[in-house]
Amino acid sequence: MIPTTDRFKKGAKETLADPVIQMSMEAVYTGFHTNRQSAAAATEAWDEQRDRGRAIKEHTIENLDYYLEMLTDKIDANGGNVFFAEDSAEATEYILNLARDRDVKTVIKSKSMVSEEMSLAHEMEAVGIEAVETDLGEYIIQLAGEAPYHIIAPAIHKSQEQVAEMFSEVTGTDPGQTPEELTTTAREMLRETFQRADMSVTGVNFAVAESGSIVLVTNEGNGRMCTSIPRVHVAVMGMEKIVPSMQDLGMMLRILIRSATGQRISSYVTMINGPRRDEEEDGPEEFHLVIVDNGRMKLLADPKLREALYCLRCGACLNACPVYRKVGGHSYGWVYPGPIGAVVSPVMSGLKQGKDLPFASSLCGACREVCPVRIDIPNMLLHLRQQVVEGPPEERSVGRIERLGWKAWRFGNMKSSRFRRGGKMANLLGRPFARKGMFRRLPPPLSGWTRSRDLPITASSPFRDRFKKRKSGGGE
Amino acid sequence: MTEQPAKTARPERVQLFVTCLVDQFRPEVGESVVNVLERLGIEVDFPEGQTCCGQPAFNSGFRSEASDVARHFLDVFDATEGPIIVPSGSCGAMVRNFYGEMFEDDPAEMERVRRVSERIYEFTEFLVDVLGQDDLVSKLGPQLNDTATYHQCCHLERELGVDHQPVELLAQVEGLEMLPMYRPEVCCGFGGTFAVKFSDVSTAMLDEKLDNAAATGASMIVAGDTGCIMHMAGGLRRRGSDLQVRHIAEILDEATSPTNHATGGQA
Repeated sequence: MIPTTDRFKKGAKETLADPVIQMSMEAVYTGFHTNRQSAAAATEAWDEQRDRGRAIKEHTIENLDYYLEMLTDKIDANGGNVFFAEDSAEATEYILNLARDRDVKTVIKSKSMVSEEMSLAHEMEAVGIEAVETDLGEYIIQLAGEAPYHIIAPAIHKSQEQVAEMFSEVTGTDPGQTPEELTTTAREMLRETFQRADMSVTGVNFAVAESGSIVLVTNEGNGRMCTSIPRVHVAVMGMEKIVPSMQDLGMMLRILIRSATGQRISSYVTMINGPRRDEEEDGPEEFHLVIVDNGRMKLLADPKLREALYCLRCGACLNACPVYRKVGGHSYGWVYPGPIGAVVSPVMSGLKQGKDLPFASSLCGACREVCPVRIDIPNMLLHLRQQVVEGPPEERSVGRIERLGWKAWRFGNMKSSRFRRGGKMANLLGRPFARKGMFRRLPPPLSGWTRSRDLPITASSPFRDRFKKRKSGGGE
Repeated sequence: MTEQPAKTARPERVQLFVTCLVDQFRPEVGESVVNVLERLGIEVDFPEGQTCCGQPAFNSGFRSEASDVARHFLDVFDATEGPIIVPSGSCGAMVRNFYGEMFEDDPAEMERVRRVSERIYEFTEFLVDVLGQDDLVSKLGPQLNDTATYHQCCHLERELGVDHQPVELLAQVEGLEMLPMYRPEVCCGFGGTFAVKFSDVSTAMLDEKLDNAAATGASMIVAGDTGCIMHMAGGLRRRGSDLQVRHIAEILDEATSPTNHATGGQA
């Protein structure tokens, strides 16, 4: 996917002005977030389970090479093929070559964020392979020609009416269909594609190193259809998606699903152990696992950012985030939106272009509070802010005026007499422009504040003066 | 999120870190903190060299500037003794949580950070966890006939873990009716320079907060951080609303003031 992370402010402005999206985004809080809160409250030792989940991820990421090798060996032994792709271009090339080689005409896809990094469906269509998304939300945004709006609910921003209209254009169905009717329409359209598909591409929620199993978590059952019918199955995963053992998997599923939707278990949890065996009736003839780096090594290499690789892609931080709920998913300009996106999208797709993202947060900490593996997102945002200001020259991008401003701020705060004089001066200079002690309009950069809020003038008598007076005068 | 261990002995004297915002924009909050503490029999010192904790620059990525100002803060407060009281969750969190982050590669500085951050208490945390849950009510019998709704400031709540203390104190004020707001834990959109750099987004968050607060019908929003208070108050003023925004120290001051008691809690 081509990053447009430099369009954050523009995208945010457009989204704020879109009443349909603003209405849809409410559901992110009243639905997902509220359900997650109830699930957490109803789960015994919830926080201990989060600690355990974090410890599992921490251990795995610290020993990633070891577990990647174990996974690769197991998949080989299970009769599958593993390909390690350094970037999304390599991953795409491998899959397109495979499709060409196996004479594939139609590919069905289940939800995969890594395949969004690759714009895989798009790339396939470009070389004449029909690629159809089978997750309902993904199907909707594929029809709309858009990127996912949310990690687990890609079409959350579309209203029922918008979906009905799109379906009607494609299939000629009644544009007034109810959600149930729309689901049936999609099911009918997809069923036909399922039956003639030659290849499937799925994501991977977890890969279990000790058994070489690929785990898919879905609610629609499309993942299971994808891995049963076509003759070739390709699973794509980010290299961080490993857990060491089946026992670890149990713990991760508990915290992932509760955090994502508030369910105790999703409708389908599918485990794939390689291609069909001789004694089996269903399943693909071939199984390929494509493990993708695509910038993840950059996260791994920085001890301050490494824990971004613990992310389970549950979306809980998006649902909890008051900024995401206002600006929506597309404003972030790359595959991953919301708080975790504000960390990984600029690092993976270029910090210079995505320099606004780490700053587009009030640092309220709601994301960290709900993260199933307690990723300290605010601290990583602070780290990236420092990179933008003080990092290596190729990552630095901050204006001269702002640099000067902070130098002046430093000067004023290194001595209390200076600090006091600064306040007094601001009071004297500002007084002619203030009304009842408040400014209504100020020049840039403070115009950003005063466009919707009054700003008080500094006190003519600051606390330090009042305290001194009180001590010399005695009492209150 | 860190919580300060409760100290057993009742301190007789404390140091006030009033914060740059209170000093310059809401000095009344500082006066209220001193009033309440003095009424509880605690002497308050104000180390005059104090300025800012460094948070604005730190949050903006300017760590070099932030760490210079933080060192100045450490110079000033490491030279004092006893608990340091700060009427702000955000500035408290800066010292207690983020100084360690900033100076992690500087062992000598870390020693000072450890000493000073062990002594720092947010105002309501000090009242409840150090002085005791019933201290204020048993000594001063707070009383105020009014209605209020409480906004949970993010850093107070989620960085310092001071969640129940303000609510408990407000519940102890006789005559004060607390009206719960919808989504009290959601950020008001302040976020320091965020409010200026991402004005549109910040404003949308503020609007949601102010609508939720206004819907309670309370006469004031009570909060524990001056940044958030200035933000909400600035927005209300622009709306032409009568709704007030007060710091919890101001409420406790009014509720325990001798003149207020003489009039039976009529503010």
